[in-house]
Amino acid sequence: MSAASETAVRSGVGNVRGLFRDRPIIPLVVLLALLVVVMQLASPGIVKLSWAGVILRTAVPLAILGACQTLTMLTGGIDLSVGAIASMAGFVTATLIHSPGGVPQAILVALAVSALAGLLTGIVVGVFRVHPLIVTLGMSFIVLGFANVWQLQSVQTGAGVPVELRTIGSGLQGEIVPNSLVVFVPISIFILVLLRLTGYGRLLFAIGDNPVAARLSGARSWQVLTVLYVLSAVLAGIAGLVLSGLTNTASVSLADSSLLPSVAAAVIGGTSIFGGRGGYGGTIVGALILTVLSALLTVLGLPEPTRQIVFGSIIVLVAAAYTRVTAET
Amino acid sequence: MSAAAPPVGAARVGPLDGIAAYVRRNGWTFGLIALLVALLLFTKWIQPRYGPIPLQGLATSVQPLVLAAVAQAIVVISGGIDLSIGSIMALTSVVSATLMDKQTEGVSVAVVIGVLLLGLAVGAVNGALVVFTRVPDIVVTLAMSFVWAGCALLVRSAPGGGAAAWLRGLVGGPLGNEWIPKAAVTVLVVVFVVWIPLSRSRIGLSIYAIGSNRLAAFRSGVPVARTRLLAYVLTGFFSALAGLSLTATTSIGSPVPGPYTLLSVAAVVLGGVSLAGGRGGVFGPIVAVVVLQLIQTDLTFLRFDSNYALVAQGAILMLVTMFSSYLSFRRTRT
Repeated sequence: MSAASETAVRSGVGNVRGLFRDRPIIPLVVLLALLVVVMQLASPGIVKLSWAGVILRTAVPLAILGACQTLTMLTGGIDLSVGAIASMAGFVTATLIHSPGGVPQAILVALAVSALAGLLTGIVVGVFRVHPLIVTLGMSFIVLGFANVWQLQSVQTGAGVPVELRTIGSGLQGEIVPNSLVVFVPISIFILVLLRLTGYGRLLFAIGDNPVAARLSGARSWQVLTVLYVLSAVLAGIAGLVLSGLTNTASVSLADSSLLPSVAAAVIGGTSIFGGRGGYGGTIVGALILTVLSALLTVLGLPEPTRQIVFGSIIVLVAAAYTRVTAET
Repeated sequence: MSAAAPPVGAARVGPLDGIAAYVRRNGWTFGLIALLVALLLFTKWIQPRYGPIPLQGLATSVQPLVLAAVAQAIVVISGGIDLSIGSIMALTSVVSATLMDKQTEGVSVAVVIGVLLLGLAVGAVNGALVVFTRVPDIVVTLAMSFVWAGCALLVRSAPGGGAAAWLRGLVGGPLGNEWIPKAAVTVLVVVFVVWIPLSRSRIGLSIYAIGSNRLAAFRSGVPVARTRLLAYVLTGFFSALAGLSLTATTSIGSPVPGPYTLLSVAAVVLGGVSLAGGRGGVFGPIVAVVVLQLIQTDLTFLRFDSNYALVAQGAILMLVTMFSSYLSFRRTRT
């Protein structure tokens, strides 16, 4: 092989790496397409518009929870309280629908409580500089504890998931377009714009990349972080509302099983857990990949244990491939 | 408060100075022990009947989490974190409960040894993945938590099985004096036999070194990859012990992971181990677990809704870490 072609090959590999590093969303979309093809092969005829609608509907709560992880991971943090907050929001709403203000009041109360939890988290993380992993873990205990107390006191006065939430969470327009997009599209546009175009978004990247440099260049990181964790908690609350509508259940442990997948969605989507690198577009695709994957594993007729094993292995594989390809050489 | 170290080679170093330095170095653990003693006295005060039997019950009920906290402490000291501990416990617990159910003593001893080897293997897989894929620890172990939980479900889809009589005997009741719970002695013996010699050896030093500053450790000739792997292997071993303890204390094996992963992280942090790695020991987390459990007991005695115990644990976790962050802030200022 001549030297010239060798260089060409090497720069070709370099280009692929550069592409993966700069536009992580492209290989992710390819992976997603691949999974859909496998799905079609595994069960011919299953892939059609209504199927896509159902997948999208399932992926929406996960994608919103993934937003919490993406935003916090960009600053080098993580939010382990999203599961507890989301469950709490869904549960509180369901118990308050008979209050004077009806469903809107119930939702407002649920989101206000979420925001309060986020505010506390944010202050402890931002002002006292405690590791977010610990603070959000502690906050999840606190929220779950209070939710349990509330569960005992509200004694289920015929409460259930309100019809409005069920329509939004699980309804499909024309059997295809999920109603939850009404919630999801504004949120995703908001986050994408926030990260790409606003100073606040740049501050998140700056703090995650190098907190000391960010502070020295005048970023008031405690303010940024406090706002961040309030935002994350409110998003988690919204995800909980959508999820309770989707599953038509209100329980204090509803979203617990979504916590780890939400981190996985952000990681697969190319957001670095060390901060400073990533974006929300990848997370959305990551959430879709996880949802399709789990649907695929169900279609393949694998029993639950095997599904979990394959699920975990694929997360490690994707993350490893990602790290290998984008590793600075 | 000055945190200055005593001058090296000071002229008169009496035996008391050594003890003082030891206490200062382990100040956090001693603070926790003082808190534990205060809590025990408080418990005795609000519930005069609190005696040796409840104490034995306390030791038995905290044992799985204590061992999980030791497991987590080791990997966190090495600068990592293992979010699959709860799943490893579920796996080792179902394997042991299934294999030793209605078997002879000899078989059950072999099962215990086999399960400990399984723990080593599982830890080795975790460690190898972390080291060779270069994916962050938290992501790998998070994903592996699904894998190990799935394996546990493969072994047994519903809780069941049994524990050998001698194993159950190891974790309940008193040893000699009624005030000495056997469960506590078992834990201390295991820690003293396995971790203390290791932590005093070159291996232990390496684990602390890579947790403290990986690059500096590498440049000082510490085999970083091998040591990280070893830390995960040790964590797997102690997770398997925690799983065995789960089987022994509940007499069955359950394939559904308990809340042990996140609780072990909380205990480690409360126990004075820095999440950044390189600082702390295993005794702080052990005491922290007992303190958390005792607070829950006291709240029950005080007729609080038991759910407030969860709130209290979360609040304590946050307050204590705020306090420790404040201490280190002052230390850097002075």
